[in-house]
Amino acid sequence: MLLWTVIRRLIYSVILVVAVLVLNFLLIHLAPGDPADVIAGEMGGATEEVLASIRKAYGLDQPLYVQLWVYLKAAAGGDLGQSFFYNAPVIDLILDRVGATLLLVFTALGFAIVVGTTLGVIASRKPTGIVSNLVTVISVIGYSAPIFWTGIMLIIVFASLIPLFPISNMYDVTKSVGPFGYALDVAHHLVLPAFTLGIVYLAQYSRLTRASMLEVLGSDYIRTARAKGVSERKVYGRHALRNAVLPIITIAGLQFGGIVSGAVLVETVFNWPGLGTLAFDSILARDYPTILGILFFSAVIVIVANLITDLLYRVADPRIRMAK
Amino acid sequence: MTVLDTKDESLPRAEHPAAEAWRVFRSRPAALFGLLLLSIIVIVSLFGPVLYAVDPFEIVWAPLTPPFETETAILGTDNLGRDMLAGLIVGGRATLLVGVTAALITIIIGILVGALAGYYLGWVDDVLMRITEFFQVLPPLLFAMVLVTLFSPSLPVVAMSIGIVSWPATARLARAEFMRIRGLEYVSAGRSIGARDGRLIWRVILPNALAPLIVSATLTIGVAILFEAGLSFLGLSDPNTMSWGLMIGSGRQYVLDAWWVVTLPGAMIFLTVLGVSLIGDGLNDAFNPKLRER
Amino acid sequence: MTVLKVDNIVVDFATRRGNARVLDHVNLEVNEGEILGIVGESGCGKSMTALSIMGLVPSPPGNLTSGSIYLEGRDLVGLSKDEMREIRGNEIGMIFQEPMSSLNPVFTVGEQIAESVRLHENASQRAAWERAVEMLRAVGIPEAEVRAKSYPHQLSGGMRQRVMIAIALACNPRVLIADEPTTALDTTVQAQIFDLLEELQKSRGTAIVLITHDMGAVAQLADRVAVMYAGRIVETGTVEQVLTMPRHPYTEGLIACVPHLQPDPPEKREPLLEIPGVVPSLTELGDGCAFAPRCNRALATCTGRQPVLKTEGNGHATACWAVEAELENV
Repeated sequence: MLLWTVIRRLIYSVILVVAVLVLNFLLIHLAPGDPADVIAGEMGGATEEVLASIRKAYGLDQPLYVQLWVYLKAAAGGDLGQSFFYNAPVIDLILDRVGATLLLVFTALGFAIVVGTTLGVIASRKPTGIVSNLVTVISVIGYSAPIFWTGIMLIIVFASLIPLFPISNMYDVTKSVGPFGYALDVAHHLVLPAFTLGIVYLAQYSRLTRASMLEVLGSDYIRTARAKGVSERKVYGRHALRNAVLPIITIAGLQFGGIVSGAVLVETVFNWPGLGTLAFDSILARDYPTILGILFFSAVIVIVANLITDLLYRVADPRIRMAK
Repeated sequence: MTVLDTKDESLPRAEHPAAEAWRVFRSRPAALFGLLLLSIIVIVSLFGPVLYAVDPFEIVWAPLTPPFETETAILGTDNLGRDMLAGLIVGGRATLLVGVTAALITIIIGILVGALAGYYLGWVDDVLMRITEFFQVLPPLLFAMVLVTLFSPSLPVVAMSIGIVSWPATARLARAEFMRIRGLEYVSAGRSIGARDGRLIWRVILPNALAPLIVSATLTIGVAILFEAGLSFLGLSDPNTMSWGLMIGSGRQYVLDAWWVVTLPGAMIFLTVLGVSLIGDGLNDAFNPKLRER
Repeated sequence: MTVLKVDNIVVDFATRRGNARVLDHVNLEVNEGEILGIVGESGCGKSMTALSIMGLVPSPPGNLTSGSIYLEGRDLVGLSKDEMREIRGNEIGMIFQEPMSSLNPVFTVGEQIAESVRLHENASQRAAWERAVEMLRAVGIPEAEVRAKSYPHQLSGGMRQRVMIAIALACNPRVLIADEPTTALDTTVQAQIFDLLEELQKSRGTAIVLITHDMGAVAQLADRVAVMYAGRIVETGTVEQVLTMPRHPYTEGLIACVPHLQPDPPEKREPLLEIPGVVPSLTELGDGCAFAPRCNRALATCTGRQPVLKTEGNGHATACWAVEAELENV
């Protein structure tokens, strides 16, 4: 039963991926100006020779549906076009950077989920206590502060006042000695960017956990657990939390695109060599194939993440697991 | 045996829902603070430039002068020697304008899609929700970056792009509300006396779904302002209109030498969004009957 | 022999409108192998009595102000949290009104029964599971081995209430408290659950406190009955005494509301009776009898002073000035 669900979701995901490719294709043609110019990445500035080769490669002299077919066929083979700015295949540029972005996103997400739910659970024990108020304050601030501004504030603080953590780049060649030294150095560099990105979601998850715990704690099955003689620690940790995390899984899945978006800004602030800085650089250079490639690739990341959360949710909630 | 309620035999006087909502809103210090904060920012943005008539693009003093060093530019100057204070006062106009416009676009698309999907269900719902899901897999900021890059960084394009990338959440909310309300008795009653779909959707269901949608609309303004700021930070805002985002975008390289160039406009955005979200939270409490009695 | 004795307990709730005395000097005794019914309208303190016995009065705002609760001679009031936890589910089991929501949706029913066993007995995981299956069989669930692996949402309301009973009885408690166990169920299922309770009570000798507003259920199951009104016990005695010779005007009213329970069923169907008025707010109780404003036999004394339970020779006790005056005059 679960296998069928997985297969159905997989097919649906593939359709979504194709849809994103079609959107990219349409964007190139909807943009003002000659598509060849757009692909060359220099509005009106490319040489006639380059433009001719683009027209040939993309079949731009043929009907639109043929062009779309050419585009999709190339993408299926992993060809997302050529960056004329970097003079390299877009897919290579992306694969080179995607690891750094995923590292940043998952560290931030892990931090937000672990610390956020913990704070939320503590806050739910005393709905009017200090931790509860702290959760409220953090969540309002985390929601209202522009993420890049938080990052810059941290840079100002950590650049001169408390020089504990590096404020730029992913590693320092002089300090990354050996694989272990490299990992440690990357982790050291990761602290501030991951914190900046994570704090926004930590704020949301702590508030959500608190609300969801309070709701669950008032439910009849918690009363049953207490009537059985379950200890308070287990009432919270086993009976309540299992139910209270369900909305967190949903939200984290739905927000994944937002987290990737946040990563773009955070990477730019901290010079983290991921897809975000690549996107920023290609926008400055008007390198459309690269920026469209990044849009496509990050959509694929979101689709995969949604697939995973969907399956995770089915495992966590027997009511859904059985339903379909 | 009669089933009797023990809690309240003296029923409270009927109060207009809006009056009741305002009474609850008024009792929240945080919500009132948010309202005050936003009012000040809006008033300063509207009338400030009249009282402090300095061109924010004019070079008035040495570049990167710290705050409180010269009376000419009391909050210092940016990397080109332009008056920070003038920029902060005038910059709110564009930021607020883009934020509100983008939020309006978001709400209109969101409610339209959500209402149709949640009312008609069936294949209409299927098609619209697949489209919604499609838009949700595109990382919103990246998508907006692409749109603005392709179609020029002018204020209308920026507002439009933000609207296009952020409507799915509103659509989901509107759909859920419409699905809930369409099953209620008074909608069936309306249908049984022969009311048309259009009337049921816009005149019967929408007014009853308004409370959560207003809360979401308020919060959407905050999100849109953050989006605008993010795009500006990446250099994707109108270079000819002074905005807080533009100040941040042009000052970001000088952060380590001059803390104020980014800190100050960023703080303005933070305070604006803070005001908006505190108001949104207050409205949420005010409209949520479960929380009223606390 | 008395298994459970509730001795003069007082429970107060701090509300926005002031202190509400939810239970006012309540006394109850449950003997071994007996079913005691507690009846009354919603909000009269039936469920709060049960929660007090379980040590689960929500606090704040609730507080057990005075009194004792003896389980086989041991006072439960003042036990530490851990000691009380040892008693809950082990020596006193409880089932609730809402079987649909009283089971945790993310665990199988077998796990939920086994958890109770593991909490109170030094049982291995396997032994606890086997006990869970055995309990499911005992409460009349077919294919118990398979059903144990079901999640609550896969079972009907009646089945879930059977599971709740299995959880409550898994550790062979001395007392089972059933708080309106059938209110949320269909009539036919109600009868099945009552039959099950009766059968289990006979085979296991568990004393049962049956909380209900259903006089019919009391007539069918209970040995003795206590009638509650506004946090006080207004009449208590054997089922026969109370149902055939009700003393308190409130009890009379309750019985009159159920047509087939009236001592002499009228030939002609008369319109259903109801007790006029509403239960008073607990924060606004005066000095007099709480029922006086609704009572058709109220005397001048009734609004001035609180009546106390007066026991007749046969153990039938009533708290009512009018009844007292009548009995004296006879």
